[in-house]
Amino acid sequence: MPIKVEHLTHTYMPGSPFASVALNDVSLTIEDGELIGLLGHTGSGKTTLVQHLNGLLKPTQGQIWVDDLEITQKGVSLIEVRRKVGLVFQYPEYQLFEETVAKDIAFGPKNIGLSTEEINQRVREAIQQVGLHYDDVAERSPFELSGGQMRRVAIAGVLAMRPKVLILDEPTAGLDPAGRRSILGMIRQLHEAGGMTVIMVSHNMDDISTLATRLVVMSKGRLVLTGTPREVFMQQELLQSIGLGIPQAAELAHALIAEGFDLPADLYTQEEVMQAILALAKKEAKPC
Amino acid sequence: MLRDITLGQYMPGSSPVHRLDPRTKILLTMVYIAMIFCVRSPIWYILPLLYLVLCVRLAGLTFQQLLKAIKPLRFLLILTFLLNLFFSSGTTIWFQWGILRISQEGVFTAIHFSMRLIFLVAGTSILTLTTSPIALCDGIEILLKPLNRLRFPSHELAMMMTIALRFIPTLIEEADKIMKAQMARGADFESGNLMKRAKAMVPLLVPLFVSAFRRAGDLAMAMEARCYHGGEGRTRLRVLRFGQLDLWATLITVGGLLLVIFTGVWFS
Repeated sequence: MPIKVEHLTHTYMPGSPFASVALNDVSLTIEDGELIGLLGHTGSGKTTLVQHLNGLLKPTQGQIWVDDLEITQKGVSLIEVRRKVGLVFQYPEYQLFEETVAKDIAFGPKNIGLSTEEINQRVREAIQQVGLHYDDVAERSPFELSGGQMRRVAIAGVLAMRPKVLILDEPTAGLDPAGRRSILGMIRQLHEAGGMTVIMVSHNMDDISTLATRLVVMSKGRLVLTGTPREVFMQQELLQSIGLGIPQAAELAHALIAEGFDLPADLYTQEEVMQAILALAKKEAKPC
Repeated sequence: MLRDITLGQYMPGSSPVHRLDPRTKILLTMVYIAMIFCVRSPIWYILPLLYLVLCVRLAGLTFQQLLKAIKPLRFLLILTFLLNLFFSSGTTIWFQWGILRISQEGVFTAIHFSMRLIFLVAGTSILTLTTSPIALCDGIEILLKPLNRLRFPSHELAMMMTIALRFIPTLIEEADKIMKAQMARGADFESGNLMKRAKAMVPLLVPLFVSAFRRAGDLAMAMEARCYHGGEGRTRLRVLRFGQLDLWATLITVGGLLLVIFTGVWFS
């Protein structure tokens, strides 16, 4: 179920003195099973773009197709679109409202109009998908949980809709390293085992470099760069000029190259860089 | 959606009217209101009109902006006009049909009261159009200070107003975000009968209240961390001072009031 975006332009408050162009002629195709890392500086239009993909925002110009359905047309069932494309907002724990975790997760499936049995089944499954235990959390108030747990419950609330595409807006923002790792592990699991298409918005290069199969870079409402992480992280200067960086491992590798060490220029994961440095060290150590 | 709501109607600017001390503007607005109530006959609304034109010109505003402020009152205006027109008692009757009658005095009163309403709203909106909400709060705080002796919490009142104003845009943004997040989970805020719609607000209101309380707690903590302990002995960053501009504005406005009183006495 590919997503196709064509010439998408969005202007906030058009025709008023406060009008601002958030997206400018963006075209993009996302194939099934990809894990897209959507990168960009604050205000680059990432959030605006993903809010178009499930019909929360209407384009000022341009078309969007999800699964061959043009969702920008009039009269399209938005609930159908939102079933297919699940969107997890930034700091999703702030949208919890029900008395118990189970009820909160059931909110989405209930809105679709599923049977009680089906809903219960989905709630159980979603809790498990986010790495929590049903018996531990289901009957507790979401407001008693820790920050990381609340976020997982919120994500479960979207997963319970069984979307085919999952969009996460800065899923690791404000979490401690353990919380971050477990969220990232969960995303990897959903993508690899669940076969979900995932779009992850982030400006943390280290998070995204190990996960994404393809990166999409935005700046000032335009799409400036797209490619595999390896291709994208080669463009250090371009990334820095738009207020982004490259993963720390890649930065280290580039610094070593600048110092005259003989390393490949396209390394970006910690593992790769470590292996390259070790290989270099062994080579240098031998002669004497 | 909610983003399109603009708060208040303040139009930033640096005109002489903008630069007036907010206290002056509040007090002179009261003088202006007195002026309106002293007008005895519709013809003499010419004087407040001249005064309004002067203010609007000096403030760099347009009459469209004033009309926009009057617009929400149009039904009230029409009602006032019609009630006065048909139900005033008068001796010179021009037209009668059942209990409805139009008399010369009725027409006179209808015009008089409608004008009064229009001028009141137009004049007071010049105050809110040219004074930022924060400056307005500052002005009100100082003007209410004498009431402290009667244990009236003027500082607390002003602080509450300032904080409320400060957080309205934040909460609107937050509400917009939560609404979208719930819509992404299939929530429907727009259809159904009243009961259904009210129920649909729960997923919006609960998180909004939770976050408002959290913010309030954080803010209180941040204020205490900076040693806030109420208005006692507190100095200000921007000290309000009366200047020459305030003197001129007062002279013109009070002059206008006297002129209106004079016309009322002289021509009646």
